[in-house]
Amino acid sequence: MPKVTYRLADGSEKSIDVPVGWSLMEAAVQNNIDGIVAECGGGCACATCHVYVVGGPELAPIGSMEGDMLECTAAERQPNSRLSCQIKMSAELDGLVVQIPDRQT
Amino acid sequence: MSESAPIVVVGAGQAGQQLCDSLRRGGYEGRLVLVGDEPVLPYQRPPLSKKFLTGALEAERLLLRPESFYEKANVELRIARRVTAIDRAARTLTLNDGEVLAWSGLALTTGTRIRPLSVPGAAEADVHYVRSLADGEALKARLATAERLAVIGGGFIGLEVAAIARELGKQVVVIEAAERLMARAVAPRVSAFYAELHRAHGVEVLLGTGIEAIRGADGRHVVLTTDGREHAVDLIVAGIGVVPNSELAEAAGLACHNGIVVDVHARTSDPAIVAAGDCTWHMNGFLERDIRLESVQNAVDQAKTAAASLLGRDEPYRQVPWFWSDQYDVKLQIAGIGMPHDEAVLRGDPASRQFSVYYFRAGALVGVDSMNRPAEHMAARKLLGQGIALSPAQAADPAVDLMQIARG
Ligand SMILES: Cc1cc2nc3c(=O)[nH]c(=O)nc-3n(C[C@H](O)[C@H](O)[C@H](O)COP(=O)(O)OP(=O)(O)OC[C@H]3O[C@@H](n4cnc5c(N)ncnc54)[C@H](O)[C@@H]3O)c2cc1C
Ligand code: FES
Repeated sequence: MPKVTYRLADGSEKSIDVPVGWSLMEAAVQNNIDGIVAECGGGCACATCHVYVVGGPELAPIGSMEGDMLECTAAERQPNSRLSCQIKMSAELDGLVVQIPDRQT
Repeated sequence: MSESAPIVVVGAGQAGQQLCDSLRRGGYEGRLVLVGDEPVLPYQRPPLSKKFLTGALEAERLLLRPESFYEKANVELRIARRVTAIDRAARTLTLNDGEVLAWSGLALTTGTRIRPLSVPGAAEADVHYVRSLADGEALKARLATAERLAVIGGGFIGLEVAAIARELGKQVVVIEAAERLMARAVAPRVSAFYAELHRAHGVEVLLGTGIEAIRGADGRHVVLTTDGREHAVDLIVAGIGVVPNSELAEAAGLACHNGIVVDVHARTSDPAIVAAGDCTWHMNGFLERDIRLESVQNAVDQAKTAAASLLGRDEPYRQVPWFWSDQYDVKLQIAGIGMPHDEAVLRGDPASRQFSVYYFRAGALVGVDSMNRPAEHMAARKLLGQGIALSPAQAADPAVDLMQIARG
């Protein structure tokens, strides 16, 4: 399974095998990774699953709904900001590294 | 005994899970018990009328938190067990298997249950509802083979099911007794947009039409409508509302009225007992009135308040209500409560399937419905939450940058 590394707000790191087809948000939630709130459960309706992509392969471009929701994240939006519920895992994304912001609400 | 007695949370759903999380995050180190009568850990309900029905989402992906969360947080689970009675004087409660638990603090997060159809023939017929994961599994299985489906009730859940059924290639008729869709939640303009959207996708939408009776069973049904027509269908899904699970609280002598009555601190009429989520008739600090809300936002935010109250902290519940619904490729997002209103202002063009409706009462913004306009939805939540004034003229003017105003 492709691996994703989550860097937590407290500086620690967790690498997780993410099933293909799952979102980065789902993998984080189902592995008890702190800091991904995901109130809407992946509906692209809450912006509480914000991450910064800091390493690894290039991602597909940001969709227009995701782009709009990113305008409203609790932690500041940066050029590498994404909503983890909108990133679907694939073999190509093996080695992705994301940083979790210090707040989601 | 009461020193070491646990806090018990009754109802393992969205609010119950949040309460456990918030109690631990809030520093509670004592025993914590979560009791739930469904045979699964707390899960998300919204996908049950959405993506889950297409088969694209396995049940394990619906869990709000994995089992390890409860282990790590040291939450004692009593899953597939039901609380049958609360003794407030003795500070105990009884489970359906006879176990008696003492408690030092109690939280009721019992949610709601579906309101069954009561027309002649409904009880004998195979009518599906969508509340639980078990309901979702059953409907998903039937949808796979059904060809023609009647959706009774044109609210959010019925319409989401109708949209998924069309995407799966089924024939669909939606039967709604009111003159318009989602009438309790949105303005006529939004209702009209959704009737048009569903019709454009090939759904037969019947408004102002009631159900006379249902005939048949086992996947061969005829639905008789008040306009005298007969609809032969092989699957019936009803979404006509829910009833709060407040009987347990009522039997324990707690004040109940369309739900468990709580104040802005989520306290029931007994200060040792809090309640949160769909089951509460609550003083909403944002709306400044009593209301019952059925939404993830309400379950989560009110549970946070309830946890704070159990820990002796003062965190009144005054978050802006918000909600969403997915139908086809249109995402409806609701901020605030737009009903009732005395002015509704349109921004954007419904024909483009991207627009919002701004609701005003006595000149003040009270709610915004956005269709495929997530940035406006988020701006609206900020405007409402921070009490930033917006005039109807500003809302209607596409040259006005609402995000800018929301940033203050
Ligand atoms: C199909 C569907 C789609 C939805 N879509 C959306 C949406 O898009 N957006 C949105 O914001 N909201 C949506 N909702 C609403 C949202 O899911 C609810 O508001 C939320 O689940 C409420 O959480 P709760 O904890 O109050 O209640 P629940 O999640 O219902 O949990 C209550 C739990 O308590 C249990 N219980 C009750 N009595 C007892 C007892 N005596 N002993 C033990 N256990 C008991 C119940 O069985 C249940 O498991 C949807 C709901 C459904 C059903
Ligand atoms: S989980 Fe809500 S936007 Fe990603």
